[in-house]
Amino acid sequence: MVRMARPGTDSPSSEGGISAVTAADSPATRPAPPADGLRTGEPPRGAGRPPRRRLFGDRVGSIEVLAVLLILLVLFRGPIASLISDARLQTWTTVFVSVMVQAMPFLVFGVALSAVIAVFVPRSFWAKALPKHPALAVPVASAAGVVLPGCECGSVPIAGSLIRRGVTPAAALAFLLAAPAINPIVLTATAVAFPRNPEMVVGRGVASLIVAMVMGWLWLRLGRADWIKLPHRPDLDDLSRGRAFWAAVRHDVMHAGGFLVLGAMAAATINVIVPEVWLQRLADEPVLSVIALALLAVLLSICSEADAFVAASLSQFSLTSRLVFLVVGPMVDLKLISMQAGTFGRRFALRFAPATLAIAVLVAVAVGGVLL
Amino acid sequence: MNRQAQAVVLLLFGGAVVKASVTDMYLRYVKEGLRPFLIVAGLLLIAAAVMTLWYDLRRRRPTPATEGGPEHDHGHEHHGHDHGNGHHEPRVGWLLILPVLGLLLVSPPALGSYAAAQAGTALAGQQLSDYPPLPEGDPVKISVLDYASRAIFDEGASLGQRRVQLSGFVATGPDGQPMLARIILSCCAADGRPIKVGLEGEAPAGLAADTWVEVVGGYSPRTESDPVNGESIPYLRVESWREIPVPKQQYE
Repeated sequence: MVRMARPGTDSPSSEGGISAVTAADSPATRPAPPADGLRTGEPPRGAGRPPRRRLFGDRVGSIEVLAVLLILLVLFRGPIASLISDARLQTWTTVFVSVMVQAMPFLVFGVALSAVIAVFVPRSFWAKALPKHPALAVPVASAAGVVLPGCECGSVPIAGSLIRRGVTPAAALAFLLAAPAINPIVLTATAVAFPRNPEMVVGRGVASLIVAMVMGWLWLRLGRADWIKLPHRPDLDDLSRGRAFWAAVRHDVMHAGGFLVLGAMAAATINVIVPEVWLQRLADEPVLSVIALALLAVLLSICSEADAFVAASLSQFSLTSRLVFLVVGPMVDLKLISMQAGTFGRRFALRFAPATLAIAVLVAVAVGGVLL
Repeated sequence: MNRQAQAVVLLLFGGAVVKASVTDMYLRYVKEGLRPFLIVAGLLLIAAAVMTLWYDLRRRRPTPATEGGPEHDHGHEHHGHDHGNGHHEPRVGWLLILPVLGLLLVSPPALGSYAAAQAGTALAGQQLSDYPPLPEGDPVKISVLDYASRAIFDEGASLGQRRVQLSGFVATGPDGQPMLARIILSCCAADGRPIKVGLEGEAPAGLAADTWVEVVGGYSPRTESDPVNGESIPYLRVESWREIPVPKQQYE
């Protein structure tokens, strides 16, 4: 059956190289999940019983909620529409919908391509492809981000599984930072958003690569393996390829799409609420504008496939401060911090995110000073 | 949110985007070139929804031969979603209903006079070093952006005594009188910026904001400063005007 698809890649003995990996993979801290039975080929140990009952309840719950919600929305369509007839709310809705519509193809293609790579490229490939020496693996892993078209939401779990597969954490973290910012889809989106400033594309790629490598090397110097605590993560290995592909697409669209909605709402709010005069004043101060847009990137948490369009709309700001926005956004933002805390542990995220933010701002300002 | 509810949301989102892009509705939000990508991406979402439902339905009636596997996957995935950290797709995924709601139920209009009043005229940065002669025609149809740039940066030299025909929507000008405005986009309505042209002479009167008009007139040397960003707003000496239906392509 499906579990036989790639038996070779699952050998636990190939993962023992790094203490973080073995510690993280040990299921001691949590009850042995049914997945372990499947991995080792044991018969399912009462796999379905209590979870199944809860699953059934869960299923009825959310489908019902959705159905009731949709019926209510259709019934109260008139009142809702008249609620939004206020010019300010209407503009908010227009901007929100248009950010979603503009970003949506990039999100979907990114998710589909990263699902293809997650499902059809064996993970052991990455371990083989990287140089043995960690300091050399860092730049190679950063550059490898080019081939993983996707936004940052996709690269967090992938970096986690890279570490599981024996890739040195420094290289996996460099990949985590570089992949969402320098892949072709994101750079194309940036070029589309800044039709008159192709140097923004170069600046974004170069600055993001430098930040990823610096963070990788910093991790080699200062990082400690016990900061990383990988949880048990069910993944796509146990599914047939077709099913794994669609499961990855569904999961990533729901996940990244949901956060994109948050970002689009924040962007629309800023677009409508914040008076242009006020932004203008902030934008005129070189230092303040860099700090403001770095913080905005952290707060807005926009997918890297869409953030260039938001940056383009902040046209009062200097190109350098918008470059800071584009470099910081895919590396540090609220949703990434929460995803990193979930994937690598809180101790890791509390150290990694502020360090990345500081280095991203410094490097982006330096690159902006040279290029823009 | 479980897989079936997710599939329904994906189906609605994909369907809403496809519907918006096969009609002309998408033009209110993005540029025309995005259309094929919108259609393909929407179809992909629909396919993801259908495949999710299909796998889920197949799994729900297991045959004796495959019972072990699917049952197992069930518990397995469930376990992951409950205890796997960082897997909050159930909750954040609900938000995807909002763009569906926006597209299917609300369908907000293109940016209009409110957005034009909020932002300063976007002439800065549009400056050309050299303006080619106007095309043939009397009156000659040119864009609001073209007229405004020629009037401000070329001081009307390339406009001369020609009659021009502009179309745009009515908004309130800096002097309280109606003016002509048009929104320009570089990619989506989030970066929409207005171009404003003041009207004098036989200017349209008594029209509600956001009414679309076509005006014919000639260059006027008069300019006013935009209170929002201090840029110059050029004026047009109107000879005649008429109301027109809202055009398909509302942005320039």
